[in-house]
Amino acid sequence: MSLLDRFRRTSNVADPLVTALQHALAPDRVRNDGAERSLASHDASVFEGGVSGPVCFPTSTDEVQRITRIAVEHDRGIVPRGAGTGLAGGAIPLGAPIVVSTGKMNRILEVDIENRVAWVQPGVINLDLSRHLRPRGFHFAPDPSSQQVCTLGGNIANNSGGPHCLAYGVTDAHVLAIEVVLPNGDVVLLGGLDPEPGGYDLRGAFVGSEGTLGIATRIAVRLTKNPPAVRTLLLSFAETRDAAQTVSAIIAAGIVPAALEVMDQRMTVAVENYVAAGYPTDAAAVLLAEVEGLPAGVEIEADRIAEIGRANNATGVRQAASDEERALLWKGRKTAFGAVAQVAPDYYLHDTVVPRAALADMLEKIYEICERHDVIVMNVFHAGDGNLHPLLVFDARVEGTLERVHAAGAEIVRASLDAGGVLSGEHGIGVEKQGYMDELFSDADLDHQNRLRQAFDPTCRANPGKVLPMGHSCADIQALRAVPTGVWG
Amino acid sequence: MSSLTSADEALHAFAADVGEADPIAVEGGGSRWQTGGVLHETARLVSAPDGIVDYRPEEMVITVRAGTPVADLCTALAETGQRSALPERGGTVGGAVAVGENRLDLLGRGPVRDSVLQVRYVSAQGDIITGGGPVVKNVSGFNIPKLMVGSLGTLGLIAEVVLRTNPTPPASQWFRAAGVDPVAARNAVLRPSSVLWNGSSTWVLLEGHERDLEHEITALATIGDFAETEGPPAPPPYRWSLPPAEAAALHREVVGDFVAAIGVGIVHADTAQPTREVDPGIAVVAERMKTLFDPTGRLNPGRNPNA
Repeated sequence: MSLLDRFRRTSNVADPLVTALQHALAPDRVRNDGAERSLASHDASVFEGGVSGPVCFPTSTDEVQRITRIAVEHDRGIVPRGAGTGLAGGAIPLGAPIVVSTGKMNRILEVDIENRVAWVQPGVINLDLSRHLRPRGFHFAPDPSSQQVCTLGGNIANNSGGPHCLAYGVTDAHVLAIEVVLPNGDVVLLGGLDPEPGGYDLRGAFVGSEGTLGIATRIAVRLTKNPPAVRTLLLSFAETRDAAQTVSAIIAAGIVPAALEVMDQRMTVAVENYVAAGYPTDAAAVLLAEVEGLPAGVEIEADRIAEIGRANNATGVRQAASDEERALLWKGRKTAFGAVAQVAPDYYLHDTVVPRAALADMLEKIYEICERHDVIVMNVFHAGDGNLHPLLVFDARVEGTLERVHAAGAEIVRASLDAGGVLSGEHGIGVEKQGYMDELFSDADLDHQNRLRQAFDPTCRANPGKVLPMGHSCADIQALRAVPTGVWG
Repeated sequence: MSSLTSADEALHAFAADVGEADPIAVEGGGSRWQTGGVLHETARLVSAPDGIVDYRPEEMVITVRAGTPVADLCTALAETGQRSALPERGGTVGGAVAVGENRLDLLGRGPVRDSVLQVRYVSAQGDIITGGGPVVKNVSGFNIPKLMVGSLGTLGLIAEVVLRTNPTPPASQWFRAAGVDPVAARNAVLRPSSVLWNGSSTWVLLEGHERDLEHEITALATIGDFAETEGPPAPPPYRWSLPPAEAAALHREVVGDFVAAIGVGIVHADTAQPTREVDPGIAVVAERMKTLFDPTGRLNPGRNPNA
């Protein structure tokens, strides 16, 4: 039997769950074929083992509510899915749940300049919103590197960051209210347009909860005024340590730039081969620093950053002379992950945070760990936040490689914790870091996190098996990871 | 495993003091003692530990115990040219976080809820629980700190917090003008730290580099005749929270004397804000949260932020 026949055969099996969903939505917006389910079983992470149930494409809150009620009736899990760009396996369905794609909920509903708010559906793409707002002089501040494809619903699930979150804060600071379909099917509005809506901050609890508390169907995001002046500086260093020290010194000097990004030499070489953005390939590390605001203050801070860089042995300091040059530098930074494909076919991107003063030591530690495990590492990271992104590049076809990559990754995570850091700055825990949660938190801490979870979802229906580790989660993770009986994997 | 260092002896003593059985509440500065309802008289009063545990100006974070007066926090931060989002009104750090009220210059300082990076609290079960982390960016697990801000100590008794700090701008000045459109004033400048309006006069707080202020003053002059002034007006007693556009459309005939934070929506008025309906779906989640964190209802009995 050909693979295609097998897909077709699977999709033809009459499943009462699928029938109910098709009746509630429309037959063509519920997919149960192998191809669609296989697609929905993966995200951008290296994790395998996801098993998707039927994949639904609702267009409204009402439809998401209907799907959720059917999930309750059929006692199935339910997992929201945006663009699938997550790197921690947060969107990988476990236990053949209903997957709710937000792909058709992609409308910007209202731009309310008076309240400086936009109401959007969860499937709106991050960059599309900022493009839409540009003529009116505003933007949405969080700008993950995947912003050309990632959705706002996904940004909320992961409390996403991005280079410009240094000055403006991560997604949480830009989300005022969220309409949510709770795992029991109730529709509620968390938060509000007013600054102190009262009651427990359920909105704050929801942002970053990785789809485990319900499905966002309508989001009120804060609009940020576009700054009149921007200066972008590119500083080069002969030693990676000097770049990290410069970052610490800038923050210590009381300057909070809009962005402070570092790339090491392997990364700049790859980027230059990929898009020729104008980065020096002979520097051990480059620092991309951006300040924005009013013209005078921007000049003062740009000069001060250049000065601090020189005092920390910068071998070159260049200011972008035009918008084009600035855009090109950012294009290079934001396509860094695409650029690694020329180095090796596979990569594993880590995400940890350390105190900024620990950056220089931590980088050296990362190089040491990777050398010991014989793994190539490239670094590109949000230095201003202390948010590291070591990128381990490899060829999974070479036997034993993946094991070495995982071993190096585990050491990097533990070294970050030892340096006083945390497990994730912006990618989340998903399935990737569940096993490390008890190294950061005590049993009692995790027990309280589970209480928060259960207040929203007592039956553990929403994105079961994520974030909290085995033994602390309300879901039976072990059972979820096994392929359920009667479900084709 | 999160390790409690020797500096945390004070936290252990606090946890022992809180115990795990009787109704209990933490007494701070008492500046918002009536917020969220009247404390049951059965509740035993305890004090949270105080003192600054660790301050790293170069990281822009400070670890401070809940019983520390906000005034002491401000003094310590000011020594290195920094400040925080917490309001100064005679209370403690723990009280300010538990109540969660923002400053009227929220536009410049940011909201309290965004400034709490990590929280340690004593649970109803008498355990010391840690939520969040001591770094400026973190999505490691569920956001317990957010839940604690504004919870009035009904989910846990705050013992220690790690706060984000910010550099104090080099220049800072209030301006006032009568008879101008406050929204136009807010829109004329890029980042005012505060715009207040009482129905007739508008106050604007500008902060930043001296030369930026000059630029902003020029922009303000196109809106009205702004002159330097000592500071903001004294706020009337009752606190309201409104969408910014509604706050900018208030009338004295309706709410009495008021001072509204334009672009924010916090209003101080002579009359109390009409009670807002709590959505039944929200009430279910909030009640379940309370029951899961405090099954016997011993923490701050009588108080309810969700009412």
